[in-house]
Amino acid sequence: MRYVDEFRDPELITKASEEIHRLADPSRHYRIMEVCGGHTHAIYRFGLKDILPENIELIHGPGCPVCVLPMGRIDDGLVIAKEPNTIFAAFGDMMRVPGANGSPLEHKARGADVRIVYSPADALEMARKNPDKEVMFFAIGFETTAPSTALTLMSAMKQDIRNFSVFCNHVTIVPAIRAILDSPDMRLDGFIGPGHVSTVIGCRPYEWIAKAEGKPVVTSGFEPLDLLQSIVMLLRQLESGEAKVENQYKRVVPWEGNRAALKVMAEVFELRPYFEWRGLGFISQSALRIRDKYAAWDAEQRFFVPGIRVTDPKAAQCGEVLKGVLKPHQCKLFGRECTPEHPIGALMVSSEGSCAAYHNYEHRKAAVATSLTSIA
Amino acid sequence: MCLAIPGRIVELIADQKNEVGIVEVAGVRRKVQLGLLADDMPVTGDWVLIHVGFAMSKISELDAAEQMRLLSMLGEVDQAMEEVRGYGQAEITHENGVHEPPHPLN
Amino acid sequence: MAHGAGGKASRKLVEGLFAPLLFGSSPGPLGDAAHIDINGTRVALTTDSFVVKPLTFPGGSIGELAVNGTVNDLAVSGARAEALLVTYVLEAGLPTPVLEGEVRAMARAARDAGVRVAGGDTKVVEHGKADQMYVTTTGIGHLIPGVTVDPRSVRVGDKILLSGPIGDHGITILLARGELDLEADLQSDTRSVLPLVETLIRAAGPGIRWMRDPTRGGAATSLNELARDCGLGMVLFEDQIPVRDTVRGACELLGLDPLHIANEGQFLAVVSPEYADAAINALSLAPGGGEAQVIGEVREQPAGTVLVTTRYGGSRIVDMLVGDPLPRIC
Repeated sequence: MRYVDEFRDPELITKASEEIHRLADPSRHYRIMEVCGGHTHAIYRFGLKDILPENIELIHGPGCPVCVLPMGRIDDGLVIAKEPNTIFAAFGDMMRVPGANGSPLEHKARGADVRIVYSPADALEMARKNPDKEVMFFAIGFETTAPSTALTLMSAMKQDIRNFSVFCNHVTIVPAIRAILDSPDMRLDGFIGPGHVSTVIGCRPYEWIAKAEGKPVVTSGFEPLDLLQSIVMLLRQLESGEAKVENQYKRVVPWEGNRAALKVMAEVFELRPYFEWRGLGFISQSALRIRDKYAAWDAEQRFFVPGIRVTDPKAAQCGEVLKGVLKPHQCKLFGRECTPEHPIGALMVSSEGSCAAYHNYEHRKAAVATSLTSIA
Repeated sequence: MCLAIPGRIVELIADQKNEVGIVEVAGVRRKVQLGLLADDMPVTGDWVLIHVGFAMSKISELDAAEQMRLLSMLGEVDQAMEEVRGYGQAEITHENGVHEPPHPLN
Repeated sequence: MAHGAGGKASRKLVEGLFAPLLFGSSPGPLGDAAHIDINGTRVALTTDSFVVKPLTFPGGSIGELAVNGTVNDLAVSGARAEALLVTYVLEAGLPTPVLEGEVRAMARAARDAGVRVAGGDTKVVEHGKADQMYVTTTGIGHLIPGVTVDPRSVRVGDKILLSGPIGDHGITILLARGELDLEADLQSDTRSVLPLVETLIRAAGPGIRWMRDPTRGGAATSLNELARDCGLGMVLFEDQIPVRDTVRGACELLGLDPLHIANEGQFLAVVSPEYADAAINALSLAPGGGEAQVIGEVREQPAGTVLVTTRYGGSRIVDMLVGDPLPRIC
C-alpha cells in the first residue's frame, strides 16, 4: 500500500528508535501527550512503546470523540431512533457505546432500525433511497469529520431531501487541549499534535501552546515512522530549549489548513455557547451546532430531544483517565466491572479509547514485562 | 476522528460535476466525495487522503519523498556531528548545558 | 447478538449455559467435533448452523458453507466426514429458484468434498422469521489414524502453521452486504480443507498437537482459545501472516484486524518442531496449500495470551473478538 508501507519500514523504524534512545537525556523523564485517539490506537497497534526508552512516557489525550461524548447525548439520539419509521445511522464506533438504556446495537436487537454507515454521504443516500423513512445521522467527530457532515447537509438542502437529519455532536480540539493544560494535576513536556484534524484547521491553532505555555508541538502522521519522527523532533526541541509548532505530517497537512473545508463548516455550523464533555465538564465554545438556515435538517430541532443528563457512575474514573492523570489500569473499575464486553465508560468501548487500547493490547503484557525482553 | 487512508483517484464521475470520484486502496474501490478539495480539485491519478468517504487533502509526493530522505538520514546526522567534532570544529556549549551545532544540519 | 459472533460472548454462552446443563461432566476443552465411542468404534460428530446474509456472495453461498463448514470441523478434529444430515428452516415466501440454487450448491459442494448427504429435514416458518433460510448440517465421520488433536498436548517450542491467507471470507461478506459501498475483486475462500489436513497428517501426523478452522472470530479467537486451554503463549510474527493485498486494503480502510475476520477455507495447526519443516513443505506442495506459512510459535510467556510481534521489536496483544468486527472511522 503506497504512502503506508514506506512508513512502516522495519529498518527505518529501528533506526528511528535508536536515534530516540540517543537523543533522550537519561537524567530526564519526558511526559509527552498524544492528543489524538488515532495516535493512541497507532501507538498500541504498532507496539511503539516497546521500542521507546523507559524515560519517555506517552500520555493519552482526550482526542477521542466517542470517549468525550456524555452518555446523555447517546440516550437523546436513541430516543429519536425509537420514533416510528426512523433509521438511526451512525459510524461503527458508536454501535457499542453504552447509553443508560443500552447501546445502539442493543437497541437494534430490540427492534430499532439501527444501521452502520461508513460516510455521512451514505446516510443521505439512504434517505434518498427510502423516502418513506426518516434517516437520522448521529454525527460525531472533531474538525476532521465536521466538514464532511457540513457538505452532506449542504447536499441535502441542494437536493431537497427532507427525510434526512443530523444529530450533531461535533466538538473542537483546541478547547480540549486547553482544558488539559489548565488542569492542575497535569505536567507535560510536549505534544504530539493531532494529525488529521490539522488537515482541516492547519497548524496555527496550536501556536499558543508553544508561545504561551512554552511546550513544543509536532503535528504527526499515524504510521510508525511518523510517530517516531515526531518524537525525534520533540526531543530535539526539548534538548535545545525551544518551543514551537512543527509539522511532521507535511505530505498531508497544509500549514494553513483546508480553506474549502473551513468554509463549509462555517456555512453550516456555529459554535455552541457551551457543551458538556465527558470527564472534562462544561467547556464554552467547544462544540458545533447546526445553523438556523439548516434547521430543517437539525435533528435537535426536528424531534423532541429530552436533553437527558447522565452522570457517570461515581466509581468510574473516565475523566481522570481522559485527562491523562490516571493510567487506565489505575481506575478502580478497570478489568473488573469495566471490560470491553461490559463497558461502563466509552473509553473502554471506543477503539481509540485508552482503556480499550490498554486492555486489548497491553495489560497482560505488563504482567510479564521481564519475559518480553527475550522476545523478538 | 482519525482513521484516514491514502488512495488513488481512478475515476471522476462526470455527471456529478467531478465532485465525486472513485478511489482505489490496494484494489478496494469506493466512491469518494471531492467537495472539500474544491480549491484545488484532484484529477485522475492523484493520491488523496480519505476519511469517512471524503477526500481531505491531496498527498504530496514531494513531501513524502523528503520525509523518507530525512528518515533514512537519521543517525547519520549524529555521525556527521561526530566527524565534525573530530575535525576540531567545536560545537558551542551554553552555560545551561545546551549544545548548539556549528551549522544547521536540518 | 454478540453471543453469535464467535468470540468472547459466544464462549461464555457455551461454557456458562450449554456445557454445564447439556454436557454433564465435561471431559475437558471444547473442540470442533465430538469423538464418541460406539461399542468400540470411535466416530466423530459435529453440527453447525449457517445464517449468513446475503445467501450468495462471490465465491459461494450458504449451501457451500454448510457442507464445507461441517466437513472442516470434522477434519480439524482429525476425522474424515462420511455423511451429512441437513436441516433447512425456510422463510415462507422464499422464491423456489433461490431454494433450488442453494440445494444445487450444496449437492455440488458435497460431491466436491467427497461426502454424502444422507438425509435431512425441512421446516417452513412465517415470513419475517428466518431471513430467507437457515441451514444446519450435522456430520459424522471416522477418525483418521495417526493423529490426536488435543490442546493439552501443546508444548513450548511448537510451531503454529496457517494453511493460507486470512480474511477473504469475512471481508467478502461485509462487502457483499452493500452497506459500506466498497467494491473489490475478492471472494470467499470456502472449500473443504480435508485434503490439506490429510496431507498434513501424512507428513507430520505424530507431531500434530492441535488444529482448528478459524471461522467466526478469526484466527485470533481460535488461538486465544488454544492459549487459554493449554495455558501457554501464542507468539505470532506479523510479517509472516499471509493476507491478500485486497483484504489488507479493506481492513485498513475500515479499521479492522485481519486476525479477527472469519475464514471458511483455512485451518491452523500446531506442530512439534521436529515435524514443522516436513509439515510446511508438504502443505506448500499440495494443491491449494501454496500459501501455507509458519506464522508463529508457542512460548511460555505471555501465558494464555496471543502476542503479535514485528521485525522491529514492537508487539501487541490480540484479544478474542467481542461481538462482530465493526468498521470504525476513528
